[in-house]
Amino acid sequence: MAEGIKDKVAIIGMGCTKFGEQWEKGAEELMVESFVEALEDAGLEKKDISAAWFGTSYEETNVGKTAIPLALTLKLPFIPATRVENWCATGSEALRGACYAVAAGAYDVCLALGVEKLKDVGYGGLPQPETQWGTRQRLIEPNKTAPGTFAMMATRYFSQYKITPEEGKRMLATVSAKSHANGARHPKAHLRRAVTVEQIMNSPIVAWPLGLFDCCGVSDGSAAAIVVRADEAKKYRPDPVYVKSLQISASSGEELLYTDWDWTHVIATEHAAKMAYDETGIKDPRNEISMAEVHDCFSITEAVTMEDLGFSSRGKVKDDIMSGRFNLDGPQPIQPDGGLKCFGHPVGASGLRMVYEMYKQFQGKAGDRQIKDPKYGLTHNMGGIPAVNIVSTIIVGL
Amino acid sequence: MGWLNVGTKAAGEKAVANYDEDSLTMGVAAAMDCIRGIDRENVEGLNFATTTSPFIERPAAVMTATALDLKPDIRTADFGNSIRSGVGALLSAVDTIKARSAKSILVCASDSRVGKAGSTHEQSCGDGAAALLIGEGDVVATLEGSHSVSYDFVDYWRTEGERYDRSWEDRWIRDVGYSKFIPEAINGLLKKYNLDVKDFAKIIYPSTYPREHVSIGKKLGAEETQIEEPIFSSVGDTGTAYPLMMLVAALEDAKPGDKILIASYGNGSDALFFQVTDNIKKINDRRGIKNHLASKKELNSYEKYASFRDVLDTEIGRRMEDIAPTHLSVLWRERRMVLGLCGSKCQRCGTPQFPSQLVCAKPGCGAIKEMESYRFSDKKGNVFTYSADNLAPSPCPPAIYGVIDFVGGGRCIFDLTDCELEDLHVGMPVEMTFRRRYRDQLRGISGYFWKATPGRG
Repeated sequence: MAEGIKDKVAIIGMGCTKFGEQWEKGAEELMVESFVEALEDAGLEKKDISAAWFGTSYEETNVGKTAIPLALTLKLPFIPATRVENWCATGSEALRGACYAVAAGAYDVCLALGVEKLKDVGYGGLPQPETQWGTRQRLIEPNKTAPGTFAMMATRYFSQYKITPEEGKRMLATVSAKSHANGARHPKAHLRRAVTVEQIMNSPIVAWPLGLFDCCGVSDGSAAAIVVRADEAKKYRPDPVYVKSLQISASSGEELLYTDWDWTHVIATEHAAKMAYDETGIKDPRNEISMAEVHDCFSITEAVTMEDLGFSSRGKVKDDIMSGRFNLDGPQPIQPDGGLKCFGHPVGASGLRMVYEMYKQFQGKAGDRQIKDPKYGLTHNMGGIPAVNIVSTIIVGL
Repeated sequence: MGWLNVGTKAAGEKAVANYDEDSLTMGVAAAMDCIRGIDRENVEGLNFATTTSPFIERPAAVMTATALDLKPDIRTADFGNSIRSGVGALLSAVDTIKARSAKSILVCASDSRVGKAGSTHEQSCGDGAAALLIGEGDVVATLEGSHSVSYDFVDYWRTEGERYDRSWEDRWIRDVGYSKFIPEAINGLLKKYNLDVKDFAKIIYPSTYPREHVSIGKKLGAEETQIEEPIFSSVGDTGTAYPLMMLVAALEDAKPGDKILIASYGNGSDALFFQVTDNIKKINDRRGIKNHLASKKELNSYEKYASFRDVLDTEIGRRMEDIAPTHLSVLWRERRMVLGLCGSKCQRCGTPQFPSQLVCAKPGCGAIKEMESYRFSDKKGNVFTYSADNLAPSPCPPAIYGVIDFVGGGRCIFDLTDCELEDLHVGMPVEMTFRRRYRDQLRGISGYFWKATPGRG
């Protein structure tokens, strides 16, 4: 009978680079930075690492395939190294690999490192997707972008819950304004300026109804984690952070091809969250999850994710957003570091950056973004579009 | 561009293809209108005529047949190289049926000709297509006879690799060619079949020189009311499609018993005459010329027209340069899905799904390889949700797309075309239209697929 992962693994070191348009740094430099910070944080040396998991998604505009870029750059001494990829959930996937390896008793100390260098593509936005969808799909794939597909979720959400476009845009703007206020306080964020709801509502449209500030930016960055078995953790540091659950859920095709689903939420998030809550023993996520980093690639994504994670009731997140529930000083702070909104989204790194924030919060190292006495922290990392996606839900705590 | 050329002073409008249309897509659209409600099993051949085929080698007739999801054991032929080729394709189809080599042939004529900026050619050329299903039995009109003259009259010519026609002097074309060949073919036909010009309810021939168009009629001894309105100032000169488009317009108003005379122009002339039957009353559900004109959209920007037709070399951006290769072996395997918009329908639970699936998408069904082919191209749908995207690269931004729920079942995300953001709303009815998806100039291939569009009534 499978036992799950709860309290079997602890994070004892983490690193994270500054995220942003790093014109002066290639992926190699970003990898070294996050790796060195993680090692120093753990009090370890490279020779202590038993195996490594490497997360990077758009490899051909970045480092290339396999785990070799990691091994070569860091000069890993012929240890096991595996590249993993699951679109935007890649960072979380790297952590999963490392954690399951130590939990299985196969290795003592494992590294998970994610990196993405997106700013060598030569144009704004993510690399043109049509080379990314496989040979069958690219003959018929519509000319869409990430903002556009999530915009379709906003259109449908407004229509279904009878929210006018103006009210809807205001709700979404409130989400982003909250994140910007938090990101302004994080030294490693890409965007560090607070913005008002009005500024956000008046910004240019990217894909109707989403505007510039409803969309996370494209940036470069890297983050890393070092994990060990939970019963060894205190040998390395007095304040490890424990993994409660590492769940992912992949779309079945039902949302894309069948007509039951309403395009106003993400089914895989519900599945991943349920598995994570069951594994952790959480019955009332709205009141038990102290803080969360969710995949706010777009403001609408964050909004519906609140419902899918069970923080808000179905169709009612607007009330929670407008009442400030998710602000840093609210009952359930979301995106305390500013999220993808302020860090941007180096695809392979984001999942680990989310865990980095939770980790620092539990250790009391979040500076003027510190949340008091958190009990459980949740990260939600989603790759894909509303209709086709892989969602990771990770819960950590003390 | 009128400032460049004082000769371009004619009044009127011309039909212009959208950025995602070309001769092939228009031919498919005309064919779809033509075979509405007709069992496609019964189409045994397809002739496609155009002077502006997207490929020099890769027949438009076969691509069209695939888009229409016709059975593969049919005859196909491409006709080209002259604006008389549309009527040539029609004559050939009739002869094929008479020779009992096929029971029915779909004839498509389509052109999207372009002239240099500021030219009279640019002014007069319209984009359009017509399709006629030729067969036996319950026909709406019978072809009674024809007479052809053929001359190497080099009024317009184009050699390989060139985009634009070249031409000799207009007055010479008009006086020596246009006003001579059409009457010659028509008079030859009248003499051959012992007919009088007064016998005809409608006389149809292209108008490239409006004043001559009128005087040809007079010289034939026809009344003004007999001369079919040449749609020159509402559609333009649609090249090889032109005579057939006017024939369609004439049939829209025809009565049983009417005799209709039609002549092409181009390197001579072909004259044909038809007799309309009682069955003409049965095909009143086609869009034809009238309904297409009634649902027209205005394009008020010359720059947009010029960039759609590649007259203007516009910036496509580095993002658009990232075109993936076309994997022809995949296209072959998936041709019915890609060109024909055929998905699959689960034989166990009856759920239609697109793209075609091996494992049923209905939650709880789970049937594996129990699918039959299901055609979506002629199904209607509704917009479930949509967006207008300024980030997606497009020759005509914003890129509009939406989730389409099909009547009868099935859902997929499709590009939307022939509409603006303001036209859209959740629940809007749409139909599917065959369009050019991309042009890969590096590898010399264009890709085609279907988009959703608001119905044109």
